[in-house]
Amino acid sequence: MYDFLTGPMLYLSLAIFIGGCIWRVVWYIRGLDQKLDRVAYKAHLEHGLKHAARSVIAFIIPFGSHTWRAKPAMTIATFFFHFAIVGIPLFAPAHTTLMDQWLWIAPLSLPQSVVDFLILMFFISAAFLILRRVALPEVRILTNWQDVMVLAITIAPFITGVLASTHTGDYQFWLNMHIFCGEVMLIAIPFTKLSHFVLFFMSRGQLGMDFGIKRGGLKGTKFAW
Amino acid sequence: MPQGTLCRALPVQNEEELKELLADTGGKKYYAEMQELDVNADKLAATLQKTLKSRLRTWLNICAKCGMCAESCFLYRIHNRDPKQVPAYKIQTTLGEIVRRNGKVDNKFMQHCMYTAWAKCTCCNRCGTYCPHGIDMGVMFGYLRGLLFSQGFVPWELKIGSGMHRVYRAQMNVTEEDWVETCEWMAEEQQEEYPLLEIPVDKEGADIMYTCNAREPKHYPEDIAEMAILFHIAGEDWTVPSKGWEQTSLSMFAGDWEACTMQVKEVYDAMERLKPKRMVGTECGHAHRATVIEGPYWAGREDGLPPVPCQHYVEWLAEALRLGKIKIDPAKRIKEPYTIQDSCNYVRNHGIKKAVREVMSYLADPSYYRPMEPDLEHNYCCGGGGGFNGIGMYRKERNFALMTKRDQILATGAKLVIAPCHNCWDAIRDLEEHFAIGIRWSFLKPLVVHAAIIPEHLKPQEEEEMEEEA
Repeated sequence: MYDFLTGPMLYLSLAIFIGGCIWRVVWYIRGLDQKLDRVAYKAHLEHGLKHAARSVIAFIIPFGSHTWRAKPAMTIATFFFHFAIVGIPLFAPAHTTLMDQWLWIAPLSLPQSVVDFLILMFFISAAFLILRRVALPEVRILTNWQDVMVLAITIAPFITGVLASTHTGDYQFWLNMHIFCGEVMLIAIPFTKLSHFVLFFMSRGQLGMDFGIKRGGLKGTKFAW
Repeated sequence: MPQGTLCRALPVQNEEELKELLADTGGKKYYAEMQELDVNADKLAATLQKTLKSRLRTWLNICAKCGMCAESCFLYRIHNRDPKQVPAYKIQTTLGEIVRRNGKVDNKFMQHCMYTAWAKCTCCNRCGTYCPHGIDMGVMFGYLRGLLFSQGFVPWELKIGSGMHRVYRAQMNVTEEDWVETCEWMAEEQQEEYPLLEIPVDKEGADIMYTCNAREPKHYPEDIAEMAILFHIAGEDWTVPSKGWEQTSLSMFAGDWEACTMQVKEVYDAMERLKPKRMVGTECGHAHRATVIEGPYWAGREDGLPPVPCQHYVEWLAEALRLGKIKIDPAKRIKEPYTIQDSCNYVRNHGIKKAVREVMSYLADPSYYRPMEPDLEHNYCCGGGGGFNGIGMYRKERNFALMTKRDQILATGAKLVIAPCHNCWDAIRDLEEHFAIGIRWSFLKPLVVHAAIIPEHLKPQEEEEMEEEA
């Protein structure tokens, strides 16, 4: 099982993840329609891209936008959640060693203490996000089973990873489960709302272009995101 | 497929049909027919296939359901934070559901969508700026309105409004003759005080072509007079077109994109016919949006820009004061606290943030300014935007929605509200009528006309002077 998960299944899930993400980006850009969206993308492309970058940057920096500043707890939770979900798979020492071995790439490792801290913050953030989803009427009303599934898919690799790395119970079982859950997440990214992994940049960027080209940007106004 | 005689998928085709609709007081028969109106699911599915492209599909699919849009919506806040007023919920349970069912929805569902699209969203676009993913639910509600209009599920007043544009190329039944006569009448009325004042019609190659809102010739001709006085004092070379003078678009509120195109092309034709250096539009938010911001796309213009540079009236006023074309009498400056209503349509959605404040800096000492909280591009809708003001069936909901602006204004402590947008002006008038909080509200034109110094050479000559000259 371990060989399968770290062999064909790993390469398949990576291929689906990378191919799927590229496909989502290409599909998004190809589907932009000047007349239907009512944004003159082509005529003011350079200008639009500058405003797209402004908009994306305002939202990928903690407290960089009005919305993040309005909800500080949510902002802290969101950013730790995302830092962990992107940072740990790529930079945890246990992963970088394997990446070197299997994928012949060796990114820099984060110190284990930083990884441990991020994992702790991830679980606190995840608990906050779940609690928020249950407790706040304005979030609860939006939630359906798919949202719960997606949350479960993103949390599962962390739970199984902790169980495996701490040798809790059957090490090999939890290791296999950890790899499996990670691969499920990779495969789910292009097919679920986890596609915001790439589509966030497209969508936020598009609204930035919209404001940059049509809604005031050409007049020299910068929207105060 | 039962289609009513008044309520049906087909838009208004001619004056006779329009008159029939108008004769149906309050839309009594119209709404009764709507109860029986069938949904053409195949047509709806085909429209989705053709027009719901990657941007809207992505917005519907990647919504994180985080609820961060909730607080951005003034309707959510004023309805005691009712979760059914969360923008994401409103759009997911209407457009989202139509897409999930690929158009297979029934009459009852379409009526639910109609209510949500026109009574629970004013398309102010504030939510899009607060959504981390940049999902603009105002844009999506605009799209939904288009789908609903194409199936005949549109409030009676907006079916009439879009019909007006189709028949008269104006939001009210003002003909070319009515318009030109009103201009002549207003010019004559002012000539006692401003003997050389004219309202030049169809002058080619002028510096400015002025366009307005049909309600001005129809109900508020003094607005046209004030516009003429200010251009006259400023010494502008200006004109109005006999055709293509109407800048508004109730068809935009209705989601009747075909009528939007007809309307805006009429204005662009006037620009191309008269070749002005620029166009200046009246103090109206949605008119500016329709003609200057969205219009180029309806007219199929590749650069997304109108044929000539266009300005909102507040931009022209700010420029005229800055350049000293209009001078303010210091004795007539406003000497009381005032606040400013920032229109969604040209402040949030076209970045015209400084002009009104610049104009007011000439009209009053800055110490009198009491900003609303929030303001500028983050300001809340007046409560009556997106057509909400004009829909009789939703008047109760609209009046309720006005409380946001009422409370914002009250918090400033100012009794004078500067509202350079017809929709905002109407909403603030109605909120005063409804809640009687003791405020006054005004466009900029009358304030500037009142305080402007009339240059000597434009004043009527005294009898003695005339005798001397004789």
